[in-house]
Amino acid sequence: MPKNFALKAVAVAAVIILALVYLVPTLGGKMPTWWTSYLPAEKIHLGLDLQGGMHLILEVETAKAVSASVERTSQELIRRMREEKIRAIRPKAEPGNRISVTLLHNSDRAKLEDLVKQSYPDYGVDSARTLDDGKIALTLKLSAAAVKHIAEQAATQALETIRNRVDQFGVSEPEILPQADGRILVQLPGIKDPQRAVALIGKTAQLEFKLVDDDANPATVTKATLPPGDELLYLYRRDRATGRTSKEPIVVRRRVAMTGANITDARVQLDSQYNEPYVSIAFDSRGARQFGDITSRNVKKRLAIVLDGKVQSAPVIQEAITGGEARITGDFTMEEARDLAVVLRSGALPAPVKILEERTVGPSLGRDSINQGLTSMLVGFVLVVLFILIYYRLAGVVANLALLLNLVLITAVLSAFQATLTLPGIAGIILTIGMAVDANVLIFERVREELRLGKTPYAAVEAGYGKATLTILDANITTLIAALVLFQFGTGAIRGFAVTLSIGIASSLFTAITFTRLLFDLYLHLFRPKRLLI
Amino acid sequence: MELIKPDVNINFVGQRFKAFILSGLLILATVVSLLLHGGPNLGIDFAGGILVQVRFSESTDAGAIKKALEPIGMGQSLVQSFGGEGQKEFLIRDENQGLKLQGLSDRVRKTLAATYGQDKVEVRRVEMVGPKVGADLREKALLAIFYAILLIVVYISGRFEHKWGLAAIMAAVLVGATLLVEALITAAGDQEGGGIVWLIITSLVVTVGLCWLLKLRYALGAIVALIHDVVITVGVFSLLDKEFTLATVAALLTIIGYSLNDTIIVYDRIRENLKRAGRQEDLGRTINSSVNQTLSRTILTSGTTLVVLLSLYILGGGVIQDFALALLIGVVVGTYSSVFVASPILLLLPEGTTVLTRRRSRAAAPARPAAPAPAPEPAVPVSPAKQASARKRKGKKKSSRKRRKR
Repeated sequence: MPKNFALKAVAVAAVIILALVYLVPTLGGKMPTWWTSYLPAEKIHLGLDLQGGMHLILEVETAKAVSASVERTSQELIRRMREEKIRAIRPKAEPGNRISVTLLHNSDRAKLEDLVKQSYPDYGVDSARTLDDGKIALTLKLSAAAVKHIAEQAATQALETIRNRVDQFGVSEPEILPQADGRILVQLPGIKDPQRAVALIGKTAQLEFKLVDDDANPATVTKATLPPGDELLYLYRRDRATGRTSKEPIVVRRRVAMTGANITDARVQLDSQYNEPYVSIAFDSRGARQFGDITSRNVKKRLAIVLDGKVQSAPVIQEAITGGEARITGDFTMEEARDLAVVLRSGALPAPVKILEERTVGPSLGRDSINQGLTSMLVGFVLVVLFILIYYRLAGVVANLALLLNLVLITAVLSAFQATLTLPGIAGIILTIGMAVDANVLIFERVREELRLGKTPYAAVEAGYGKATLTILDANITTLIAALVLFQFGTGAIRGFAVTLSIGIASSLFTAITFTRLLFDLYLHLFRPKRLLI
Repeated sequence: MELIKPDVNINFVGQRFKAFILSGLLILATVVSLLLHGGPNLGIDFAGGILVQVRFSESTDAGAIKKALEPIGMGQSLVQSFGGEGQKEFLIRDENQGLKLQGLSDRVRKTLAATYGQDKVEVRRVEMVGPKVGADLREKALLAIFYAILLIVVYISGRFEHKWGLAAIMAAVLVGATLLVEALITAAGDQEGGGIVWLIITSLVVTVGLCWLLKLRYALGAIVALIHDVVITVGVFSLLDKEFTLATVAALLTIIGYSLNDTIIVYDRIRENLKRAGRQEDLGRTINSSVNQTLSRTILTSGTTLVVLLSLYILGGGVIQDFALALLIGVVVGTYSSVFVASPILLLLPEGTTVLTRRRSRAAAPARPAAPAPAPEPAVPVSPAKQASARKRKGKKKSSRKRRKR
């Protein structure tokens, strides 16, 4: 008996048992409790291309978050300057993250600079010049560091918000990961309605309350005749009977009376009178106070509820609302109302998101891919096994056992490490079946040569393995290098190919060299054959 | 059972010029095809655009689908019947850069549903890649090819003759050259991954040059075979007007691995036989017998690989078909090249082409294309055979040259 035989046999047996243990959950249906409490219960994790689902790469338009912040600051500055008695023409947000202010008196300049220094340290005076009439035109600019900070925060916040929304959407095992350049990867396995998911994730959901300017006539107003501080928005209506949409112009104050930032809850309710769904929202105490203020000061005026720049509704304030609750009505379907409640609950995105990449696989195609992949694997496997059996006879049995073990090992390693199996991954396994035989072919051809030279079976096996092993190892390293590079740079499904190819190479080295050698040693020792059927 | 009799001796090396002509023609066809097609036909992974796989419950045709898509600006789409089920399943592809991708998949869905009826259309797959991501993926794919070449080249330059010191030099020079080219590219302003193409070309040129200078004959042969295989696979793909996708790149990298695998096995046999023959043997004959000795292995392994790939190609479904095709082509070309190109090409790479001895070899090389191989393993003490070959080459400076060579 060769040295270390027992040790090797035990090690190989241990590997096989371990592999089978990991394989069982994938093959079996429901696992008994005694199994799941002591042994691994994870099935193989299928990629989106096999189980169906959606893969999205989103880009948070952080520049818009920055300009929104500048816009907010400029609005705030109006109030602060009034408080500080700095007389100026309305501060205005300008492109390039600037705010322009025109001071009426030079004497106010120091006051303004003080105010900026104390309350808006992120801003600095960018340029200042005295106009002909003695007014001072100043530009404030947001510092580069602050721009970066706001952008980063927007990206993080967007990630959080999207995670919240997806959680409420009810997808099992979603994956939401930050990527380089403020991008977000979203993977939604097994999703039934991809378009609804896109709408839900991509909705900025910037809720704003703005007072309607009833003095302006929306029907005749144009950009030129728009009163200062006003803007023209549209209310979209859908006729339930015809499904047609119409839009109605509304002139509102540009100033945001209140945002949706203080919403604590949003849920769908049914209007008892018309049986139409609406979304009721609840504010926190600060929001309730603010909302009470606005409504009590503007009774009998209209308040526009603006979502992402579109007016949802513009009801007349009948009385002060101090209870901290409000309702958003509109021509919602039940589903739309539900999704709106979800996005309001999870908060607004700090900036719009853009879909850079979308890959969706329907569940039926995923099932087909699994079936076709497995069929081609089975057919390929059977053909190779038959061929090897005919060609090498008894030794072929050994090689085929190694091939079978190889498949078991690959599957086991995949489930043990919870690696994702994709369609190219299945292709990787199929390719491995074809290439794994190579190691045994090399060894067997060597053994045949040695036998031809007149060596005994034992010596021929010894020499065959000895001479072929190093070449086999070396030859496989090149494919392994390619697979590892592919793993590093590949994305999604292709990565799955790199994974199974790498695992396949490693396990085929084990099965084709160590495992078959053990079987040969066992056979030669037990039967001491005069001739080797190879 | 035996397919190849043990005493077989087919004259592969004698066919080498025919093989070189064939390979040359194939490479020429690749270049012509790429020129005619205006470069590789990039799929939406790299070019950006949209791909939709739809199944209808009733037969229809490409023209009708295009017409249905006209209102949303996709009337120029490429529509292909897909899969085996008659005229029911189609692949719609549009790489028009003017398309507004936001919400496009939804528009396609709605438009088709409006034309064919809500329950008669099933959108089975949507792939939409924006131009930015397309450029990113292009860069990633090229970088993958670049790093794979870099690592593999360093590995095989040290591997054959166990000259790991030379491999280290190789790595250092390659990295240096790469950094230099990268700096130049950055200075010139990189355009859409065009820079990485230059990196790849530079690394290949530097590699081939270095292998020549450092006398790494086997490494050089392996790299030439590798380039040969990848180029021809790309060419066949281009001739068939197949699209290059992420999967194609994965297949190309696998082919690089497979091609080397084959080459390494034949080369190892050649080196083993040279060692045994003590370099008295004619190199051409040794190469030929080595190829013959490994022939049954070559046929068996590529046979089983081709069988599984064919099974994947035929039964694996449309999504994976092009991937299987690329691998099939690569395996066929790789097998051909390891027998007809990689091995005979060793004869074209004469020994003694180091910087130190260039003058001598230039005089000698054309006269003796089938010169004996140099001693591959510098670590062992000078064997009688080696001394014999040294004597054969004569000259008093010989011994000093040998010392320097180590």
